[in-house]
Order: sequence, then structure tokens, then C-alpha cells
Amino acid sequence: MEWLAQLGRSGLSFSAGLGRAHLLMLAMLRGLPQLVRRPRLLMEQLLSVGVLTVLIIAVSGIFVGMVLGLQGFYILSRFGAEATLGVMVAASLVRELGPVVTALLFAGRAGSALSAEIGLMKATEQLSGLEMMAVNPEHRVLTPRLIAGIISMPLLAAIFSMLGVYGGWFVGVGLLGVDEGTYWAQMQSQIDWDEDVLNGVIKSLVFGVVCTWIAIFQGYDCIPTSEGVSRATTRTVVHSSLAVLGLDFVLTALMFN
Amino acid sequence: MSKTRQIEILVGAFMAAGFLALFFLAMQVSNLGTVNTGDSYKVLARFDNIGGLKVKSPVTMAGVEVGRVIDIYYDAEDFRAVAVLGIYSQYDRIPDDTFAKILTAGLLGEQYVGLDPGGSEDLLKEGGEIAVTQSALVLEEVIGQFIYGKAQEGAK
Repeated sequence: MEWLAQLGRSGLSFSAGLGRAHLLMLAMLRGLPQLVRRPRLLMEQLLSVGVLTVLIIAVSGIFVGMVLGLQGFYILSRFGAEATLGVMVAASLVRELGPVVTALLFAGRAGSALSAEIGLMKATEQLSGLEMMAVNPEHRVLTPRLIAGIISMPLLAAIFSMLGVYGGWFVGVGLLGVDEGTYWAQMQSQIDWDEDVLNGVIKSLVFGVVCTWIAIFQGYDCIPTSEGVSRATTRTVVHSSLAVLGLDFVLTALMFN
Repeated sequence: MSKTRQIEILVGAFMAAGFLALFFLAMQVSNLGTVNTGDSYKVLARFDNIGGLKVKSPVTMAGVEVGRVIDIYYDAEDFRAVAVLGIYSQYDRIPDDTFAKILTAGLLGEQYVGLDPGGSEDLLKEGGEIAVTQSALVLEEVIGQFIYGKAQEGAK
């Protein structure tokens, strides 16, 4: 009996959380007109969400590309098809690894920071303070962060993919002796703009919405204690990663069926 | 330099880098930079077997891309495959007795249509048809013929 009640409780609290998340999303979207009048708020968030994430994205992009170059060369050379190394590197980066790995890193770097920041604002009653001053904290604090996340993610994913392609080029052409012209030409003839690149961009846009949304919701919904904030940060990373991986499968199935 | 200005510059650099990366993906990585968006005219070519030819496969003449395959369908009347070739308008001086064959780029590469110009004075026009074609090389058939030929040699 107790077990059944527990199941019911967790189901109810899950639905309630989902509902609160959607209401929060609506509240944030209503803050959009205000954001247009105060672009400086968005600017500050783009700095902390986007610019400060570039370094980790760039480093991992280069290394993922280099590993793809090595592994790809190793396997392709068995079939005498090293010429298609560029295609392999670019396709896997643009379609999958770019959006997904960027989203995972984004959740770890920017998402957790967002949660902790908003959670601490709540714990130290800064959000209530804003409300006392007749400033809507959802519009003033949350909306700029959401929009900054949505703008940053596709750009970060594009930077990741570009540097990855160069990482693969460095290993394949520079170290292993694949022909430079073949690397680029095969890539250009096989990678399609709408089919591959644009679908990757759409993916990373979706991930941007989901990751930022989860991060903001967890921070805003946390129990306002130090323990609650730390739990919210953990949940942000776990939920974002799971959401990204699950959604990636769904999106891939829809796009490339 | 004020703090705000510094933030603006950093964010601007980030946005520029992001869009530059997207532009790079469009032009250098994908085929957007090489797609010919100009006008084209349609020419039909009937093949006994098109092998792995696909829509969007290139059509080349002397190795230069002069068009793309626009459509492929099966003609139930004469049991052959019909490939509709879209030839770019700037290549409008192709003789109407041109020979079309399906070739393979490299051993495992994609298949494309190669055109060999004929000697006719008349030119191919919109809706025209290439009369002489050569089918794709299907590896199983080639091997089968080879084995058959060997067996016949042995029988003599």
C-alpha cells in the first residue's frame, strides 16, 4: 500500500513540476517585449552564457575532430577509402556530435551556473526583493537568460563543428597524409546544406531551448537553502543531459528517416 | 574603456565567430557553395539499368559538371529507366547525338552521368532525348560474364 502511494506521489509531483515549468515558460515569454526595450540585459547574459562557454566548446571541438580523424582514418584505410575521411568527420560533427556534445557541455558549464545563480538569488531573497520594488523577476531576471541560451547554442554548435572539421583536417591531412584537395572536395560533394547542416542547426536550437529552460526552471523552483541549490544544480545537469540524448534520438528519427 | 563597452565587444566577437562558423559550414563543408542555382533545361535519357544513380547526381561533360539529375522514373512502356537531366543553360551547345553513360567516381564512389558529344549539327533542346546510352556497370553482371566466358573457353 505504501509503495502504491509512493508511486502516486512521485507521479503527481512530476506532473505538477511539468505544469510549473510550462507556466514559467509562458511567464518568461511574456517578458519578451520588455527585453526588446532593454537589450543591455540580454547583452550581459550573452556574455556569461555564450562568450564564457566558447573556450570549453572550442577545445573540445578541436579534440573531438582530431579523434574522429584518427579513428576514421584507422577504419577507412582498411577499406582503402581514406579519401572519404572528410565526409565522415564533417557528417558526424554536423549531424550529431556538434549539437549533442555542445548541448552536454553547455548543460555542464552554462546550465549549472544558471541554476546556481538563480537558486542563490532565490535563497538570498533577491527575487522577492525585486518583487517588492515592483519589478517582475521573471521578466527582468529569467527572460534575458532564456533568450541568451537560445541564441548561444546554435552559434556554439557551429563553432564546435567548424573547429572539429579543422581538427580532423589537422590529423588527417597534416599528420596521416590524406590528400588536402580530396578531404575538402569529397566533403563538399557529400554534405548537403539543408539535409545535414540546417538540420543540425535546428537540433541545436531545440537543445538550446530545452537546456536553458531546464536550468532556469530548476534554479527558480529549488528549495531556497544551500542544500536545495546544490540539488537543483545537479538535477539541471542530469535532466538536461537525459533530455538532450532522448530528444536527439527523436529528432534524428524525424529528420533522417 | 567602460565595462559595458567591453561586454558589448566580447559579445559582438562571439556572435561574429558563431555566424562565421555557420558561413564556413555552408560554404566550405556543405554543397551550398557549389550548387549552381542558374536556369537549366531538361533532357531525357533512357537507360537499361541506372545502377546506383540518384536524383542530384552530377552530369558531366569532359569531367566538368554541366548539370544534375533532376528526376528518375521507370517507364513501363519500354521497360527502361528514364533519367531527367537538368543541363545548365550556359551549356546550350550540346549535339543531339550525344552519348550518355553512367560512370562511377572511383571504386566505391558515387555514380554520375557522363556525356560524350557527338558530331551532329543539331543541338539538344528542352525536352529533347539522348538516343544512345550505356547502362551502369553492375559488378555482379560483369563477374558473371567473366565466369561464363572462362567456362566457354574451357569447353573448347
